Amino acid sequence: MAKENLACELAIIGGGPAGLAAAIEAAKAGVRVSLFDENEKPGGQLFKQIHKFFGSKEHQAGIRGHDIGYHLLDECQKVGVDTRLNTVVWGIEDNKIGIVNEKASRIVDAKRIIVATGASENPLSFPDWTLPGVMGAGAAQTMMNVHRVLPGTKVLMVGSGNVGLIVSYQLLLAGAEVVAVVEALPKIGGYVVHAAKLRRAGVPILTSTSILEARGKEAVKEATICSLDEKLCPLEGCERTLKVDLICLAVGLSPLAELCWMAGCKFKYLPELGGFVPIHDENMRTTLSYLYLAGDVAGVEEASSALEEGKLAGVSVAGELGYLKKDEAEEEKDRIRKRLSSLRLGPFGDMRAKAKLELMRAKG
Amino acid sequence: MKEKANLLDLSRDTGTMSKKELEASPGYPSKEDLKKGSVVVIECTEEIPCDPCETVCKRGAIVVGEPITNLPRLDPEKCNGCGLCITICPGLAIFLVDATYSENEAAISFPHEYLPLPKESDEVEAVNRKGRIVCKGKVIKVRSPKRYDHTPVVTVAVPKKYLHEVRGIKRLNKGAK
Repeated sequence: MAKENLACELAIIGGGPAGLAAAIEAAKAGVRVSLFDENEKPGGQLFKQIHKFFGSKEHQAGIRGHDIGYHLLDECQKVGVDTRLNTVVWGIEDNKIGIVNEKASRIVDAKRIIVATGASENPLSFPDWTLPGVMGAGAAQTMMNVHRVLPGTKVLMVGSGNVGLIVSYQLLLAGAEVVAVVEALPKIGGYVVHAAKLRRAGVPILTSTSILEARGKEAVKEATICSLDEKLCPLEGCERTLKVDLICLAVGLSPLAELCWMAGCKFKYLPELGGFVPIHDENMRTTLSYLYLAGDVAGVEEASSALEEGKLAGVSVAGELGYLKKDEAEEEKDRIRKRLSSLRLGPFGDMRAKAKLELMRAKG
Repeated sequence: MKEKANLLDLSRDTGTMSKKELEASPGYPSKEDLKKGSVVVIECTEEIPCDPCETVCKRGAIVVGEPITNLPRLDPEKCNGCGLCITICPGLAIFLVDATYSENEAAISFPHEYLPLPKESDEVEAVNRKGRIVCKGKVIKVRSPKRYDHTPVVTVAVPKKYLHEVRGIKRLNKGAK
Protein backbone atom coordinates (compact mmCIF):
# COMPACT_ATOMS: atom_id res chain seq x y z
CA MET A 1 0.00 0.00 0.00
CA ALA A 2 1.33 3.42 -0.92
CA LYS A 3 2.34 5.65 1.96
CA GLU A 4 0.26 8.70 2.66
CA ASN A 5 1.70 11.93 1.26
CA LEU A 6 3.58 14.30 3.54
CA ALA A 7 2.16 17.80 3.65
CA CYS A 8 3.28 21.34 4.29
CA GLU A 9 2.09 24.80 3.36
CA LEU A 10 5.33 25.92 1.77
CA ALA A 11 8.04 23.64 0.42
CA ILE A 12 11.36 25.32 -0.24
CA ILE A 13 13.89 23.54 -2.41
CA GLY A 14 17.46 24.53 -1.63
CA GLY A 15 18.93 25.77 1.65
CA GLY A 16 21.33 28.43 0.37
CA PRO A 17 20.98 32.15 1.14
CA ALA A 18 17.80 32.48 -0.97
CA GLY A 19 16.06 29.41 0.44
CA LEU A 20 16.99 30.19 4.03
CA ALA A 21 15.89 33.83 3.75
CA ALA A 22 12.59 32.76 2.19
CA ALA A 23 12.04 30.15 4.91
CA ILE A 24 12.69 32.67 7.69
CA GLU A 25 10.35 35.32 6.29
CA ALA A 26 7.52 32.88 5.64
CA ALA A 27 7.84 30.99 8.95
CA LYS A 28 8.07 34.28 10.86
CA ALA A 29 4.67 35.19 9.48
CA GLY A 30 3.24 31.82 10.56
CA VAL A 31 3.52 29.70 7.41
CA ARG A 32 4.29 26.01 7.97
CA VAL A 33 7.57 25.67 6.06
CA SER A 34 9.57 22.60 5.08
CA LEU A 35 12.98 23.17 3.55
CA PHE A 36 14.72 20.45 1.54
CA ASP A 37 18.41 20.33 0.70
CA GLU A 38 20.42 17.52 -0.83
CA ASN A 39 23.53 18.40 1.16
CA GLU A 40 24.38 17.29 4.66
CA LYS A 41 24.60 20.89 5.84
CA PRO A 42 22.47 23.89 4.92
CA GLY A 43 23.93 27.23 3.83
CA GLY A 44 24.55 26.61 0.15
CA GLN A 45 27.66 28.45 -0.97
CA LEU A 46 27.66 30.88 1.98
CA PHE A 47 30.05 28.86 4.11
CA LYS A 48 32.80 29.03 1.53
CA GLN A 49 32.37 32.75 1.04
CA ILE A 50 34.88 33.84 3.63
CA HIS A 51 35.12 37.38 2.23
CA LYS A 52 33.38 40.47 3.53
CA PHE A 53 30.25 41.26 1.54
CA PHE A 54 29.60 44.37 -0.52
CA GLY A 55 26.40 46.40 -0.25
CA SER A 56 24.92 48.46 2.56
CA LYS A 57 24.17 47.82 6.21
CA GLU A 58 20.80 46.22 5.37
CA HIS A 59 22.63 43.86 3.03
CA GLN A 60 25.04 43.02 5.89
CA ALA A 61 27.94 44.65 4.07
CA GLY A 62 31.33 44.27 5.68
CA ILE A 63 30.31 40.93 7.23
CA ARG A 64 31.89 37.70 6.04
CA GLY A 65 29.68 35.27 4.12
CA HIS A 66 30.03 32.38 6.56
CA ASP A 67 28.99 34.61 9.46
CA ILE A 68 25.87 35.59 7.52
CA GLY A 69 25.30 31.84 7.08
CA TYR A 70 25.48 31.12 10.83
CA HIS A 71 23.09 33.98 11.49
CA LEU A 72 20.55 32.59 8.99
CA LEU A 73 20.73 29.10 10.51
CA ASP A 74 20.08 30.56 13.98
CA GLU A 75 17.08 32.47 12.67
CA CYS A 76 15.71 29.37 10.95
CA GLN A 77 15.84 27.47 14.19
CA LYS A 78 14.18 30.30 16.12
CA VAL A 79 11.21 30.53 13.78
CA GLY A 80 10.85 26.76 13.52
CA VAL A 81 11.62 25.81 9.94
CA ASP A 82 11.38 22.05 9.35
CA THR A 83 14.74 21.47 7.65
CA ARG A 84 15.30 18.17 5.85
CA LEU A 85 18.88 17.57 4.85
CA ASN A 86 20.39 14.81 2.71
CA THR A 87 17.13 14.95 0.82
CA VAL A 88 16.98 15.20 -2.93
CA VAL A 89 13.95 16.71 -4.63
CA TRP A 90 13.58 14.77 -7.85
CA GLY A 91 10.48 16.27 -9.33
CA ILE A 92 7.67 18.82 -9.19
CA GLU A 93 4.18 18.42 -10.53
CA ASP A 94 1.10 20.40 -9.61
CA ASN A 95 1.66 21.38 -5.97
CA LYS A 96 3.54 18.17 -5.30
CA ILE A 97 7.21 17.46 -4.98
CA GLY A 98 8.95 14.12 -4.99
CA ILE A 99 11.69 13.67 -2.40
CA VAL A 100 14.13 10.90 -1.75
CA ASN A 101 16.63 10.30 1.03
CA GLU A 102 18.52 7.29 2.28
CA LYS A 103 15.42 5.83 3.84
CA ALA A 104 12.62 6.35 1.37
CA SER A 105 11.05 8.18 -1.50
CA ARG A 106 7.96 10.24 -0.67
CA ILE A 107 5.55 12.70 -2.20
CA VAL A 108 5.01 16.01 -0.40
CA ASP A 109 1.87 18.07 -0.94
CA ALA A 110 2.60 21.77 -0.73
CA LYS A 111 0.28 24.72 -1.22
CA ARG A 112 3.21 26.74 -2.51
CA ILE A 113 6.71 25.84 -3.63
CA ILE A 114 9.80 28.05 -3.78
CA VAL A 115 12.62 26.79 -5.96
CA ALA A 116 15.94 28.14 -4.66
CA THR A 117 18.32 25.68 -6.26
CA GLY A 118 21.02 28.17 -7.22
CA ALA A 119 23.33 27.84 -10.19
CA SER A 120 26.08 25.58 -11.44
CA GLU A 121 29.48 26.44 -12.80
CA ASN A 122 29.94 26.46 -16.55
CA PRO A 123 32.55 24.09 -17.91
CA LEU A 124 35.12 24.94 -20.56
CA SER A 125 36.58 22.21 -22.68
CA PHE A 126 40.09 22.10 -24.12
CA PRO A 127 42.51 19.24 -24.76
CA ASP A 128 43.09 17.27 -21.55
CA TRP A 129 40.56 19.26 -19.56
CA THR A 130 39.54 15.97 -17.96
CA LEU A 131 42.88 15.59 -16.13
CA PRO A 132 42.74 15.70 -12.34
CA GLY A 133 43.66 19.25 -11.37
CA VAL A 134 41.19 20.96 -13.69
CA MET A 135 38.16 22.07 -11.73
CA GLY A 136 35.60 24.81 -11.30
CA ALA A 137 36.77 27.79 -9.27
CA GLY A 138 33.80 27.19 -6.98
CA ALA A 139 34.91 23.61 -6.43
CA ALA A 140 38.39 24.77 -5.47
CA GLN A 141 36.79 27.30 -3.13
CA THR A 142 34.71 24.54 -1.47
CA MET A 143 37.75 22.31 -1.09
CA MET A 144 39.90 24.94 0.60
CA ASN A 145 37.36 26.97 2.59
CA VAL A 146 34.92 24.25 3.65
CA HIS A 147 37.01 21.07 3.66
CA ARG A 148 40.37 22.80 4.28
CA VAL A 149 42.12 20.97 1.48
CA LEU A 150 44.31 23.04 -0.81
CA PRO A 151 43.75 21.49 -4.25
CA GLY A 152 46.96 22.86 -5.78
CA THR A 153 49.95 25.04 -5.11
CA LYS A 154 50.53 26.67 -8.50
CA VAL A 155 47.33 27.87 -10.03
CA LEU A 156 46.08 29.14 -13.36
CA MET A 157 42.72 30.90 -13.02
CA VAL A 158 40.66 31.04 -16.21
CA GLY A 159 38.20 33.95 -16.09
CA SER A 160 38.40 37.35 -14.41
CA GLY A 161 34.84 37.87 -13.24
CA ASN A 162 34.32 38.38 -9.52
CA VAL A 163 34.36 34.61 -8.89
CA GLY A 164 37.74 34.22 -10.61
CA LEU A 165 39.21 37.25 -8.84
CA ILE A 166 37.87 36.42 -5.37
CA VAL A 167 38.82 32.74 -5.50
CA SER A 168 42.31 33.68 -6.74
CA TYR A 169 42.72 35.95 -3.73
CA GLN A 170 41.51 33.22 -1.39
CA LEU A 171 43.96 30.76 -2.97
CA LEU A 172 46.73 33.21 -2.08
CA LEU A 173 45.39 33.45 1.46
CA ALA A 174 45.45 29.66 1.69
CA GLY A 175 49.11 29.65 0.71
CA ALA A 176 48.98 28.81 -2.99
CA GLU A 177 50.68 30.76 -5.74
CA VAL A 178 48.42 32.09 -8.49
CA VAL A 179 50.66 32.04 -11.54
CA ALA A 180 48.21 34.03 -13.67
CA VAL A 181 44.60 34.95 -14.21
CA VAL A 182 43.64 34.81 -17.90
CA GLU A 183 40.66 36.56 -19.44
CA ALA A 184 39.55 35.97 -23.03
CA LEU A 185 37.92 39.41 -23.32
CA PRO A 186 40.02 42.58 -23.61
CA LYS A 187 38.79 43.87 -20.21
CA ILE A 188 38.80 42.45 -16.70
CA GLY A 189 35.30 41.20 -15.91
CA GLY A 190 35.00 41.74 -12.16
CA TYR A 191 35.41 44.68 -9.79
CA VAL A 192 38.64 46.63 -10.16
CA VAL A 193 39.15 46.59 -6.37
CA HIS A 194 39.29 42.77 -6.46
CA ALA A 195 41.72 42.89 -9.38
CA ALA A 196 43.82 45.51 -7.59
CA LYS A 197 44.16 43.19 -4.57
CA LEU A 198 45.65 40.50 -6.81
CA ARG A 199 47.91 42.93 -8.60
CA ARG A 200 49.32 44.20 -5.29
CA ALA A 201 50.12 40.56 -4.50
CA GLY A 202 52.03 40.38 -7.79
CA VAL A 203 49.51 38.23 -9.68
CA PRO A 204 49.42 39.02 -13.41
CA ILE A 205 45.98 39.38 -14.99
CA LEU A 206 46.32 38.70 -18.70
CA THR A 207 43.44 40.02 -20.80
CA SER A 208 42.78 38.85 -24.38
CA THR A 209 44.32 35.56 -23.30
CA SER A 210 42.91 32.09 -22.81
CA ILE A 211 43.89 28.52 -22.17
CA LEU A 212 44.68 26.27 -25.15
CA GLU A 213 45.38 23.01 -23.39
CA ALA A 214 46.27 21.28 -20.17
CA ARG A 215 49.15 18.84 -20.09
CA GLY A 216 50.22 16.05 -17.78
CA LYS A 217 50.12 12.28 -17.54
CA GLU A 218 48.20 11.54 -14.38
CA ALA A 219 47.44 15.06 -13.29
CA VAL A 220 47.91 18.61 -14.51
CA LYS A 221 51.56 19.57 -14.80
CA GLU A 222 51.37 22.41 -17.31
CA ALA A 223 48.96 24.70 -19.07
CA THR A 224 49.43 26.36 -22.43
CA ILE A 225 47.92 29.80 -22.71
CA CYS A 226 47.73 32.03 -25.76
CA SER A 227 46.91 35.63 -26.67
CA LEU A 228 43.68 36.08 -28.62
CA ASP A 229 42.78 38.45 -31.43
CA GLU A 230 39.66 40.63 -31.37
CA LYS A 231 37.59 37.70 -32.66
CA LEU A 232 38.82 35.64 -29.70
CA CYS A 233 40.91 33.43 -31.97
CA PRO A 234 44.38 32.32 -30.78
CA LEU A 235 47.24 34.33 -32.27
CA GLU A 236 49.86 32.09 -33.81
CA GLY A 237 53.21 32.20 -32.10
CA CYS A 238 51.77 33.72 -28.93
CA GLU A 239 51.56 30.48 -26.93
CA ARG A 240 53.17 30.24 -23.52
CA THR A 241 53.48 27.29 -21.22
CA LEU A 242 53.02 27.71 -17.48
CA LYS A 243 54.02 25.19 -14.82
CA VAL A 244 50.83 24.71 -12.81
CA ASP A 245 49.19 21.88 -10.88
CA LEU A 246 45.72 23.41 -10.70
CA ILE A 247 43.60 24.98 -13.42
CA CYS A 248 40.47 26.70 -12.10
CA LEU A 249 37.62 27.54 -14.43
CA ALA A 250 35.67 30.67 -13.56
CA VAL A 251 33.75 31.12 -16.79
CA GLY A 252 30.28 31.89 -15.54
CA LEU A 253 27.33 30.15 -13.96
CA SER A 254 24.00 28.86 -15.25
CA PRO A 255 20.71 28.70 -13.33
CA LEU A 256 19.99 25.19 -12.01
CA ALA A 257 16.44 25.17 -13.29
CA GLU A 258 15.77 21.51 -14.19
CA LEU A 259 12.91 21.29 -11.68
CA CYS A 260 11.29 24.36 -13.23
CA TRP A 261 11.56 22.87 -16.73
CA MET A 262 10.01 19.70 -15.38
CA ALA A 263 7.15 21.53 -13.71
CA GLY A 264 6.37 23.32 -16.97
CA CYS A 265 7.50 26.88 -16.23
CA LYS A 266 8.04 29.18 -19.20
CA PHE A 267 11.58 30.38 -19.77
CA LYS A 268 13.43 33.22 -21.43
CA TYR A 269 17.01 33.22 -22.66
CA LEU A 270 18.94 36.09 -21.09
CA PRO A 271 22.75 35.77 -21.28
CA GLU A 272 23.13 38.60 -18.72
CA LEU A 273 21.46 36.32 -16.17
CA GLY A 274 23.28 33.14 -17.09
CA GLY A 275 21.18 31.67 -19.92
CA PHE A 276 17.70 30.16 -19.73
CA VAL A 277 15.87 31.68 -16.77
CA PRO A 278 12.31 30.87 -15.63
CA ILE A 279 10.06 33.85 -16.28
CA HIS A 280 8.85 35.39 -13.02
CA ASP A 281 6.98 38.45 -11.83
CA GLU A 282 7.89 41.07 -9.24
CA ASN A 283 6.64 38.76 -6.49
CA MET A 284 9.06 36.04 -7.70
CA ARG A 285 6.15 33.96 -8.98
CA THR A 286 6.77 31.89 -12.11
CA THR A 287 4.26 31.28 -14.89
CA LEU A 288 2.79 28.56 -12.64
CA SER A 289 0.66 30.07 -9.89
CA TYR A 290 1.94 27.80 -7.09
CA LEU A 291 5.62 28.00 -7.99
CA TYR A 292 8.02 30.73 -6.88
CA LEU A 293 11.74 31.30 -7.32
CA ALA A 294 14.56 32.99 -5.44
CA GLY A 295 18.27 33.47 -5.93
CA ASP A 296 20.52 32.40 -8.78
CA VAL A 297 17.93 30.06 -10.32
CA ALA A 298 15.96 33.23 -11.06
CA GLY A 299 18.97 34.76 -12.83
CA VAL A 300 22.60 34.53 -11.71
CA GLU A 301 23.62 37.44 -9.47
CA GLU A 302 25.31 37.13 -6.07
CA ALA A 303 24.54 36.13 -2.49
CA SER A 304 23.30 39.56 -1.35
CA SER A 305 20.61 39.70 -4.04
CA ALA A 306 19.78 36.03 -3.44
CA LEU A 307 19.05 36.90 0.20
CA GLU A 308 16.75 39.74 -0.80
CA GLU A 309 14.96 37.67 -3.44
CA GLY A 310 14.47 34.95 -0.86
CA LYS A 311 12.85 37.43 1.52
CA LEU A 312 10.68 38.72 -1.31
CA ALA A 313 9.46 35.23 -2.23
CA GLY A 314 8.89 34.37 1.45
CA VAL A 315 6.81 37.49 2.09
CA SER A 316 4.89 37.00 -1.17
CA VAL A 317 3.87 33.48 -0.19
CA ALA A 318 3.02 34.48 3.39
CA GLY A 319 0.83 37.29 2.04
CA GLU A 320 -0.88 35.07 -0.45
CA LEU A 321 -1.64 32.37 2.08
CA GLY A 322 -3.25 35.00 4.28
CA TYR A 323 -0.62 35.16 7.02
CA LEU A 324 0.11 38.81 6.33
CA LYS A 325 -2.43 41.59 5.74
CA LYS A 326 -2.41 42.73 2.15
CA ASP A 327 -1.03 46.22 2.79
CA GLU A 328 1.44 44.84 5.32
CA ALA A 329 2.82 42.42 2.75
CA GLU A 330 2.92 45.06 0.02
CA GLU A 331 4.80 47.52 2.21
CA GLU A 332 7.36 44.90 3.18
CA LYS A 333 7.78 43.80 -0.42
CA ASP A 334 8.38 47.39 -1.50
CA ARG A 335 11.11 47.77 1.11
CA ILE A 336 12.78 44.58 -0.13
CA ARG A 337 12.47 45.62 -3.79
CA LYS A 338 14.13 48.92 -2.96
CA ARG A 339 17.08 47.14 -1.39
CA LEU A 340 17.22 44.79 -4.37
CA SER A 341 17.32 47.60 -6.89
CA SER A 342 20.08 49.33 -4.96
CA LEU A 343 22.18 46.19 -5.51
CA ARG A 344 21.49 46.45 -9.24
CA LEU A 345 22.82 49.97 -9.68
CA GLY A 346 25.99 51.05 -11.42
CA PRO A 347 27.72 49.75 -14.52
CA PHE A 348 27.69 46.14 -13.25
CA GLY A 349 24.17 45.99 -11.88
CA ASP A 350 22.57 47.99 -14.65
CA MET A 351 22.78 45.15 -17.15
CA ARG A 352 21.20 42.74 -14.68
CA ALA A 353 18.48 45.23 -13.73
CA LYS A 354 17.50 45.58 -17.39
CA ALA A 355 17.51 41.82 -17.95
CA LYS A 356 15.39 41.27 -14.84
CA LEU A 357 12.90 43.84 -16.07
CA GLU A 358 12.74 42.07 -19.41
CA LEU A 359 12.10 38.81 -17.60
CA MET A 360 9.27 40.32 -15.59
CA ARG A 361 7.68 41.82 -18.68
CA ALA A 362 7.86 38.56 -20.59
CA LYS A 363 4.63 36.69 -20.83
CA GLY A 364 4.66 32.96 -20.99
CA MET B 1 32.88 62.79 -17.40
CA LYS B 2 34.06 61.13 -20.58
CA GLU B 3 37.66 61.41 -19.48
CA LYS B 4 36.74 59.78 -16.18
CA ALA B 5 35.13 56.91 -18.02
CA ASN B 6 38.23 56.46 -20.17
CA LEU B 7 40.50 56.34 -17.15
CA LEU B 8 38.36 53.66 -15.57
CA ASP B 9 38.42 51.76 -18.80
CA LEU B 10 42.18 51.73 -18.58
CA SER B 11 42.18 50.23 -15.09
CA ARG B 12 40.02 47.41 -16.43
CA ASP B 13 42.86 46.53 -18.79
CA THR B 14 45.39 46.06 -16.07
CA GLY B 15 43.67 45.83 -12.71
CA THR B 16 45.64 48.76 -11.36
CA MET B 17 44.29 52.23 -10.91
CA SER B 18 46.51 54.94 -12.36
CA LYS B 19 47.67 57.89 -10.31
CA LYS B 20 45.67 60.18 -12.57
CA GLU B 21 42.50 58.17 -12.05
CA LEU B 22 42.99 58.06 -8.30
CA GLU B 23 43.68 61.76 -7.97
CA ALA B 24 40.55 62.52 -9.97
CA SER B 25 38.42 60.43 -7.57
CA PRO B 26 36.66 62.02 -4.57
CA GLY B 27 38.22 59.62 -2.08
CA TYR B 28 41.78 60.73 -2.70
CA PRO B 29 43.11 63.52 -0.47
CA SER B 30 44.86 66.50 -2.08
CA LYS B 31 48.60 67.09 -1.81
CA GLU B 32 47.94 69.78 0.82
CA ASP B 33 45.77 67.45 2.90
CA LEU B 34 48.45 64.79 2.76
CA LYS B 35 51.06 67.20 4.12
CA LYS B 36 49.05 67.73 7.31
CA GLY B 37 49.45 64.20 8.70
CA SER B 38 47.50 60.97 9.02
CA VAL B 39 44.69 60.73 6.46
CA VAL B 40 42.95 57.90 4.64
CA VAL B 41 43.32 57.32 0.93
CA ILE B 42 40.35 55.63 -0.73
CA GLU B 43 41.29 53.80 -3.91
CA CYS B 44 37.76 53.10 -5.13
CA THR B 45 37.05 54.44 -8.59
CA GLU B 46 34.25 52.24 -9.84
CA GLU B 47 30.54 52.75 -9.24
CA ILE B 48 29.63 49.62 -7.32
CA PRO B 49 26.80 49.34 -4.76
CA CYS B 50 28.74 49.52 -1.51
CA ASP B 51 28.87 51.84 1.48
CA PRO B 52 30.20 50.26 4.71
CA CYS B 53 33.03 52.85 4.76
CA GLU B 54 30.39 55.53 5.23
CA THR B 55 28.52 53.57 7.90
CA VAL B 56 31.62 52.78 9.96
CA CYS B 57 32.96 56.36 10.07
CA LYS B 58 31.59 57.98 13.21
CA ARG B 59 33.00 61.36 12.23
CA GLY B 60 31.22 61.54 8.90
CA ALA B 61 34.50 61.88 7.04
CA ILE B 62 33.36 59.48 4.30
CA VAL B 63 30.11 60.08 2.47
CA VAL B 64 28.58 57.82 -0.16
CA GLY B 65 24.94 58.92 0.10
CA GLU B 66 22.31 58.10 -2.50
CA PRO B 67 22.54 56.31 -4.80
CA ILE B 68 24.74 53.76 -3.11
CA THR B 69 26.90 53.54 -6.23
CA ASN B 70 28.33 57.02 -5.64
CA LEU B 71 32.08 56.97 -5.17
CA PRO B 72 33.02 57.54 -1.53
CA ARG B 73 33.81 61.20 -0.92
CA LEU B 74 36.45 61.95 1.69
CA ASP B 75 36.41 65.03 3.89
CA PRO B 76 40.05 65.13 5.03
CA GLU B 77 39.24 67.78 7.65
CA LYS B 78 37.00 65.34 9.50
CA CYS B 79 39.28 62.30 9.15
CA ASN B 80 41.39 61.69 12.26
CA GLY B 81 43.13 58.67 10.78
CA CYS B 82 41.49 56.07 13.05
CA GLY B 83 41.58 53.55 10.21
CA LEU B 84 38.33 51.69 10.98
CA CYS B 85 37.33 52.02 7.33
CA ILE B 86 40.45 50.08 6.28
CA THR B 87 39.16 46.85 7.77
CA ILE B 88 35.48 47.14 6.89
CA CYS B 89 36.07 47.80 3.17
CA PRO B 90 35.19 44.56 1.31
CA GLY B 91 37.42 45.69 -1.55
CA LEU B 92 40.45 46.23 0.73
CA ALA B 93 40.74 49.53 -1.09
CA ILE B 94 41.42 51.94 1.79
CA PHE B 95 44.83 52.90 3.10
CA LEU B 96 46.11 55.32 5.71
CA VAL B 97 49.10 57.49 4.95
CA ASP B 98 51.02 59.76 7.27
CA ALA B 99 53.50 61.97 5.46
CA THR B 100 54.66 63.48 8.75
CA TYR B 101 55.77 60.23 10.40
CA SER B 102 59.41 61.33 10.60
CA GLU B 103 61.66 63.73 8.82
CA ASN B 104 62.46 61.33 6.02
CA GLU B 105 59.78 58.69 6.30
CA ALA B 106 56.10 58.31 5.66
CA ALA B 107 53.95 55.70 7.39
CA ILE B 108 51.62 53.63 5.25
CA SER B 109 48.90 51.42 6.77
CA PHE B 110 47.16 48.77 4.70
CA PRO B 111 44.95 45.72 5.16
CA HIS B 112 47.02 42.53 5.15
CA GLU B 113 45.14 39.24 5.45
CA TYR B 114 48.06 36.97 4.54
CA LEU B 115 49.72 34.71 7.07
CA PRO B 116 52.19 34.73 8.62
CA LEU B 117 51.88 38.33 9.75
CA PRO B 118 55.03 40.42 9.96
CA LYS B 119 56.19 41.51 13.42
CA GLU B 120 56.87 45.00 14.67
CA SER B 121 60.33 46.30 13.75
CA ASP B 122 60.74 43.64 11.01
CA GLU B 123 62.36 44.82 7.83
CA VAL B 124 60.05 44.00 4.90
CA GLU B 125 59.87 44.54 1.17
CA ALA B 126 57.36 47.27 0.36
CA VAL B 127 55.40 46.85 -2.88
CA ASN B 128 53.46 49.13 -5.16
CA ARG B 129 50.03 48.62 -6.77
CA LYS B 130 51.54 46.20 -9.28
CA GLY B 131 53.15 44.11 -6.58
CA ARG B 132 56.65 45.27 -7.53
CA ILE B 133 59.12 45.79 -4.73
CA VAL B 134 59.94 49.51 -4.57
CA CYS B 135 61.93 49.81 -1.34
CA LYS B 136 62.59 48.36 2.09
CA GLY B 137 60.14 49.22 4.82
CA LYS B 138 60.15 48.93 8.58
CA VAL B 139 57.08 47.50 10.28
CA ILE B 140 55.86 49.97 12.88
CA LYS B 141 52.59 48.41 13.90
CA VAL B 142 50.54 45.25 13.35
CA ARG B 143 47.01 45.42 14.68
CA SER B 144 44.36 42.74 14.59
CA PRO B 145 41.76 43.27 17.30
CA LYS B 146 38.54 41.25 17.18
CA ARG B 147 36.48 44.05 15.65
CA TYR B 148 38.76 44.03 12.60
CA ASP B 149 37.27 40.57 11.90
CA HIS B 150 40.42 38.89 10.58
CA THR B 151 41.59 41.82 8.49
CA PRO B 152 44.84 42.86 10.21
CA VAL B 153 46.23 46.31 9.52
CA VAL B 154 49.97 46.62 9.05
CA THR B 155 51.82 49.93 9.19
CA VAL B 156 55.23 50.35 7.59
CA ALA B 157 57.63 53.28 7.49
CA VAL B 158 59.11 53.94 4.05
CA PRO B 159 61.13 56.80 2.51
CA LYS B 160 58.82 59.77 2.04
CA LYS B 161 59.16 59.81 -1.73
CA TYR B 162 57.26 56.50 -1.93
CA LEU B 163 54.19 57.91 -0.19
CA HIS B 164 52.04 57.56 -3.31
CA GLU B 165 53.50 54.26 -4.37
CA VAL B 166 53.74 51.82 -1.49
CA ARG B 167 50.45 50.02 -0.86
CA GLY B 168 51.51 46.76 0.72
CA ILE B 169 54.35 44.39 1.44
CA LYS B 170 55.54 41.23 -0.19
CA ARG B 171 53.82 38.19 1.32
CA LEU B 172 56.02 36.41 3.81
CA ASN B 173 54.67 33.03 2.72
CA LYS B 174 56.69 31.92 -0.29
CA GLY B 175 53.97 29.62 -1.57
CA ALA B 176 52.75 26.39 -0.02
CA LYS B 177 55.08 23.44 -0.21
